Amino acid sequence: MSAPARTPAGAPGHLTGPAGGGIGTDAQRPDGTLKVRGEFAYGSDLWMEDMLWGVTLRSPHPYARIRSIDVGPALAVPGVHAVLTSDDVPGAKAYGLELADQPVLAVDVVRYQGEPVALVAADHPETARAAAARIVVDYEVWEPVTDAIAALGHPRWNAVHEDDAEVTELSRESAHLHPEGNLVRHLKVRTGDPSPTADVVVVNTYEVGMQDQAFLGPESGLAVPAEDGGVELYVATQWLHVDQRQICSALGLPPEQVRLTLAGVGGAFGGREDLSMHVHACLLALRTGRPVKMSYNREESFFGHVHRHPATMRYEHGATRDGDLVYVKAEIYFDGGAYASSTPAVVGNGGTMGIGPYVVPNVHVDCYGAYTNNPPCGAMRGFGSVQTAFAYESQMDALAAALGMDPVELRCRNAMEQGSTAITGQVIDSPAPVVELLRRLEAMPMPDAAPDDLRHMPGGVSNTTHGEGVRRGVGYAVSYKNVAFSEGFDDYSTARVRLEVVGGEPVATVHTAAAEVGQGLVTVEQQIARTELGVDRVVVHPKDTQVGSAGSTSASRQTYVTGGAVKAACEAVRGQVLARAAELTGRPVGELRLFDGAVVGEGLELPLAEVLGDDAVEETLEWRHRPTEAIDPETGQGFAHVQYAFSAHRAVVDVDTELGLVKVVEMACTQDVGKAINPQAVIGQIQGGTAQGLGLAVMEEILIRDGKVQNPSFTDYLIPTILDMPPMRIEVLEYADPHAPYGLRGVGEAPNISSGPAVLAAIRQATGLPLTRVPVRPEHLTGT
Amino acid sequence: MRFLQPTTWAEALEARAAHPEAVAIAGGTDVMVAVNFGRLRPPVLLDLTRVAELQEWAPDDGAVRLGAGVPYARVITELGDRLPGLAMAARTIGSPQIRNRGTVGGNLATASPAGDAHPALLAADAEVEVASVRGTRRIPVTDFYTGVKRSALAPDELIAAVRITPPSGPQQYSKIGTRNAMVIAVAAFGLALHPDRGAVGTGIGSAAPTPRRATAAEEFLAGELAGLWESRGELPAATATRFGELVAEASAPIDDVRGTAAYRVHALSVMARRALTWAWAEYRTAKESRPCD
Repeated sequence: MSAPARTPAGAPGHLTGPAGGGIGTDAQRPDGTLKVRGEFAYGSDLWMEDMLWGVTLRSPHPYARIRSIDVGPALAVPGVHAVLTSDDVPGAKAYGLELADQPVLAVDVVRYQGEPVALVAADHPETARAAAARIVVDYEVWEPVTDAIAALGHPRWNAVHEDDAEVTELSRESAHLHPEGNLVRHLKVRTGDPSPTADVVVVNTYEVGMQDQAFLGPESGLAVPAEDGGVELYVATQWLHVDQRQICSALGLPPEQVRLTLAGVGGAFGGREDLSMHVHACLLALRTGRPVKMSYNREESFFGHVHRHPATMRYEHGATRDGDLVYVKAEIYFDGGAYASSTPAVVGNGGTMGIGPYVVPNVHVDCYGAYTNNPPCGAMRGFGSVQTAFAYESQMDALAAALGMDPVELRCRNAMEQGSTAITGQVIDSPAPVVELLRRLEAMPMPDAAPDDLRHMPGGVSNTTHGEGVRRGVGYAVSYKNVAFSEGFDDYSTARVRLEVVGGEPVATVHTAAAEVGQGLVTVEQQIARTELGVDRVVVHPKDTQVGSAGSTSASRQTYVTGGAVKAACEAVRGQVLARAAELTGRPVGELRLFDGAVVGEGLELPLAEVLGDDAVEETLEWRHRPTEAIDPETGQGFAHVQYAFSAHRAVVDVDTELGLVKVVEMACTQDVGKAINPQAVIGQIQGGTAQGLGLAVMEEILIRDGKVQNPSFTDYLIPTILDMPPMRIEVLEYADPHAPYGLRGVGEAPNISSGPAVLAAIRQATGLPLTRVPVRPEHLTGT
Repeated sequence: MRFLQPTTWAEALEARAAHPEAVAIAGGTDVMVAVNFGRLRPPVLLDLTRVAELQEWAPDDGAVRLGAGVPYARVITELGDRLPGLAMAARTIGSPQIRNRGTVGGNLATASPAGDAHPALLAADAEVEVASVRGTRRIPVTDFYTGVKRSALAPDELIAAVRITPPSGPQQYSKIGTRNAMVIAVAAFGLALHPDRGAVGTGIGSAAPTPRRATAAEEFLAGELAGLWESRGELPAATATRFGELVAEASAPIDDVRGTAAYRVHALSVMARRALTWAWAEYRTAKESRPCD
């Protein structure tokens, strides 16, 4: 394996940061000071003196056949070094996380607006953009398929309710976006009585709009051609090894020749799980023999990554007069857009988690993922659960109203607990404190009435109300999310840990490929090594493919799985060190432990320098959580999930009912995290997840018309500001999961799931309106 | 791209005359966004930030002469008492960073129907002072907006200042956005009561091809108030409601990603009614009208 000849400016270095702080402490981030000082290098800061700039020509049409591409005019532009199309892709022409259905560069057909068609490398980004604009693409424009239910040829809601069935004809040849048809996945859950009846029934249809991850650091990377004919890629991403697999396939190169290093990542939230500029930059670098940088601007970023699946969901809940849930029927449609991306997994979560943390004896769920000509949708924080939580929690409120019950009482009455059976037939075999989460929220004091200050009014300093029309509402919601990869996926991580003495001081180095995307995994890795090895100084090696896969930074899994791997590697290192010490001292290993840079035992303190000398002890190992299994395709039954995360929110809102403007006054959250490895980071995850959920409830939506994005900018794709995100009350519970390292539970997604439905419930209470679609717009609240 | 950076007003006007293709830049909160999105590639940029004359405001002949380059942050901190409507508009703009950079002159030069300053300027009967090597002229702001992002500014002219008479009565400004800060207006409304001349000023933003006044609403309200200026009596609720309706009727909004036309019309009627209610309450409780500089 050859080392890179040259390292670009902005490539990551070893992180050390402040020493000290094992698990359970608020250890400081090793990259925190760099970030606060503006000195941390993100992917867009990568630089080499002789690099070229790559740009992407994208389709302006959501659906079209490419008759011809003429790259001649672009090649004629002075300063242009290469112009590439799909003909120049040497390996597989298509890639994908689960299904390889997405072209590296469009082949004959474009299926979404923004699909990459051609690439240009030039000595200046402006030159590259100007040249790309001169590529002549002759399109035969087709009518796009833009509705997920219609794309499957399904009647609306299978004619099970009063609306007329609206059967869509998909007779045109072009209406099948992919050879196998437009269905990506259909998941069925069937338990209990297939034809249940109940005293009280509520039926509603819900819609969730397309949310964007809106990470602040757009897609960026730098590909450097290597002497061995391979390529070094520095890139801001979420899962180096799945990128590597797909890049190798497209380039036709073996993994030894495609070496990835994680560049500084400015947020991810799932949006970097798919490839963006990865293969493109490598193709251009290998063609030109020069380093090639690609860095999207904000507008291109909206077209350069997948979004959260929009969902249309029909739910029917039946209960006894006393409020016991009898049955739930759900039909859930996820619009996957033009390519599969993570759609199968989104359907998996939506289908198996889609009725929430409640015990229901009779369940009938059909969950579909469809291809359309809308932008591709894939991973985003809490996927599958975020969408369905809006539906199942709205249903619980509707049912409570129909029963004349308090919504929290209804939830507690039907809540899961440890030992309950989930709709997959899995017994919940670790704490599930749903009732306690809700009761603790209820017991928290309510916020005061808004002070007489515009900043606390709906509309803020825009001065639209001085209290006129303002009504307060309170809403509750609970989330339930599978942690880590499910349904039989071989979910593992790899850690390499080295312990040595440098300058007289013991130092541990942790090397994993786990992407740090801002969440603080680098801190967690240090904390675990400190606790397990009894050293203060822990160095975090740059994340790269010189060590085995860590799996994805997603599904709330890295602290669990890579944390587990680091812990296991540390234990192996510790075993070796103690064995040496036992040999030196003649004491049994069982009497020795590592503490404060020394091997200690009864009346013994042997500095590590004396045990190790100039040697380094290093261990690399793979670690897996307990296996899961595929679910039965007809019934949805099986041991699908390894762990569940639970959180609950109470939202208090003030709504200007006349103008339809919303001010969220307070968000309160309770969450069980099993064990808070870094309590401050846990609070950060809860606050951030809450803000992202609030955003989806009241403002965040990529608006699509006829397959075209209407608002690809932060001018019109709005995310919450500090005046939109209120102060929080947070209570963190720590009920250990006996199956997980340290008893921890994945944290990042759960608060993103319960936050939005609580806000929606509160707005509903304030306005008395049914509100079945998010984000809620002023038009929905004012009937305009 | 050429970059011109005059340091005096005379140099700036000469540069403008020599380069009619140049794009003038002050705070850059519009120009740089357009450049970054690739929508604008001006052959020449004319930077006005070094022209000291544009950076000041001063009382002048009973009005405030506000230099075109004074940022919103200073309008808020220095002119909240003299130009309350404009200062209220300025508070709704962007973030602290944007208010430190953005200028009223730039808002006028862009002449977007969504520009936040416009409704306040319209309500206050502001005048735009423009200049070229040919000389200086004043344009009533009502005549300044000629179309979507078009203005009465000639190709060789630059905006020197805005002249606004400090109010003889209360002013209000309201803006709808779909989040509580940093948002482009979905609709905006400015109101100025002029008890000294028994008149009412209005301005509508983001609800027509240009910022515009609601003339019928102004005339209606001036008529209703004719007997009330002196007595400072209570304003009938029906008057405020009718005023709101007339303001809404003066708009001509469209559906776009930020909101529907129907919502904009509705929101204008509510904002105008509330703004009038607040302004009249303030007028009734004020001992006498504000002094002018």
